[in-house]
Amino acid sequence: MISAPPPLAERRGLLHSISIVLYRFPFLSVIALLLPILLWIGVIYLGSLTAMLTQGFFYLDGFTGRIVREFTLRTYQELLLQQNIDIFLRTIVMAAAVTFTCALLAFPLAYFMARFASGRTKALLYLGVMLPLWSSYLVRIYAWKLILAQEGIIGWLANALGLTGILDAILSIPGIGGPSLSFSIVGVYIVFVYIWLPYMILPINAALERVPKSVIEASGDLGARPGYTFRRIILPLAFPGVVAGSIFTFSLTLGDYIIPGVFGNSSYFIGQAVLVQQGTAGNIPLAAAMTVVPILVMGVYLLGARRLGAFDAL
Amino acid sequence: MDGKSVAVSLVNVRRYFGEVKAVDNVSLDVYDGEFFSMLGPSGSGKTTCLRLVAGFERASGGQILLHGTDVSGVPPYDRDVNTVFQDYALFPHMTVGDNVAYGLMIKKVPWAEREQRVVEMLELVRLSGMENRKPSQLSGGQRQRVALARALVNRPSVLLLDEPLGALDLKLRQQMQIELKNIQQQVGITFIYVTHDQEEALTMSDRLAVFNHGRIEQVGSPAEVYERPATTFVAGFVGTSNVIDASVARQIVGEAATISIRPEKIHLSAPDALVPPESYSIHGTVQDVVYLGMYTRYLVELETSPRAHLAVMQQNLETTSMDVLTIRGKRVQLIWRRDFTRTLQRTEIVEESGV
Repeated sequence: MISAPPPLAERRGLLHSISIVLYRFPFLSVIALLLPILLWIGVIYLGSLTAMLTQGFFYLDGFTGRIVREFTLRTYQELLLQQNIDIFLRTIVMAAAVTFTCALLAFPLAYFMARFASGRTKALLYLGVMLPLWSSYLVRIYAWKLILAQEGIIGWLANALGLTGILDAILSIPGIGGPSLSFSIVGVYIVFVYIWLPYMILPINAALERVPKSVIEASGDLGARPGYTFRRIILPLAFPGVVAGSIFTFSLTLGDYIIPGVFGNSSYFIGQAVLVQQGTAGNIPLAAAMTVVPILVMGVYLLGARRLGAFDAL
Repeated sequence: MDGKSVAVSLVNVRRYFGEVKAVDNVSLDVYDGEFFSMLGPSGSGKTTCLRLVAGFERASGGQILLHGTDVSGVPPYDRDVNTVFQDYALFPHMTVGDNVAYGLMIKKVPWAEREQRVVEMLELVRLSGMENRKPSQLSGGQRQRVALARALVNRPSVLLLDEPLGALDLKLRQQMQIELKNIQQQVGITFIYVTHDQEEALTMSDRLAVFNHGRIEQVGSPAEVYERPATTFVAGFVGTSNVIDASVARQIVGEAATISIRPEKIHLSAPDALVPPESYSIHGTVQDVVYLGMYTRYLVELETSPRAHLAVMQQNLETTSMDVLTIRGKRVQLIWRRDFTRTLQRTEIVEESGV
């Protein structure tokens, strides 16, 4: 005999009632899911961003050294001083150079990982790309300090191979050179490329993984030689991945202040300038105004990326 | 097929993947203008064979000839064949028109002629006016046609099709089968068509090869392969067949050989029915009756060897579902013409795939 189910009212505990309410009003569960993230983005993230941007409209009274909390545009006007423009241009050119180099270095590796490596090789390559991300950024930077030092492995290798002349020639280029690689803009550039490279490899690899093998075969089948297939099929399909990776490398370079601080010379990058203004100089309004520059640059960059179809595949 | 020139010829072709013999010593001639199918279950080597002809795979041994020229070392982009891929492999970032024009662009066909050929080809596959759509805006059947147009527009000497209808639903597939056959007759290009669907192969092909374990079990016209299967595998894979063991066969035909008889060739008769001349007969009991609408399928246990069963298909010309079900458990006589019995070479039998 099958016993009849108990009447509905008897079976309802509190959780059961809640689940029924959520079943009848699905938007309640959506709200419950979104609430924490909305609070976080709305209050903590956007709130602090607004607070910071507001600071830019105050100014530092040079005479008393106090911040005057009155609305003014004079702090933003200070951004147009030649010394500040130089900082912005230097940083943007560095970010562009780092991005370009990362893309050049990452593409072949990402391509090999997606097309040719399989099984164990592929796992090892992924591990190799990700492993540096598991160790401290600072540890890796100071490791590079040793590598790039005058008596470091690069100097030693150049010496052993009789290439010291080339190294010296690079270091004597005005503006980007310095006493050794570990104190020069060239060194900053090398370490930036090393540090951000994984962020370029992974998106390009993901884009290439999404290109079916049959599409590449189809191109060859229709008469295209490998070079043509690469230009007309593989590169366009992988391009959104390159743009996605470049968003990482470009924005991360724009904001970083540690690498230029450790390896650079006296010419500042945006991050350093912000650090100095809000710290030593105590000029919070100018520091806040300066942070607006990378935000604007990235805004323009993202608009351009969208035009290039970088987000179509998302 | 005498007097016809050979379009594609495989001579002792082998393709091994490590220990696995994907293609194991296959020799085959495909004639000009023929619709040739390679039929077999998955893993039987038919797709690998096609990829060898296209040039995506290199043979481990043997020769592949296109119109008499050995192309074993020729890359795909220098072979005068085009492929329609199972997943269509359309270029997602190009419009339909650019997809179809791709091969012509590479051959540097002048713009005006290119445009005209693309328009003509899209007309042939009934996609006129779709030039500016992206593949993602098309249905499965339309994508399939773009893939076909993109390959055919190059006027290859041989078109290779790798299960091109596999992803379509039944109705569309049947419609496309007829369309493909019509297009093939219009353009007169040799088609080599890979499929695991025996009905598809029987519907469209001029000739077909049945693959199993990297080898060819039989080559012939659909009627030959269906009516006169050479091996137990072919008998079981192309349509359904009663494959009768030598011991049981001795009681029926008086000879110890593996034989086959198609279920629809057997007459289900009364136990005392007169056996016509040149026919075999055997008695049994109807164990199971499956009413299938147009047909009924009976499973008859043989009296002389109780573990042997014969499947019998009868069209429901005069019978209804009520009538046929009453036959269950009755004693019957099975009668069929001697010449419908085939003696088979023993190879592996596949599981019967339905009726």
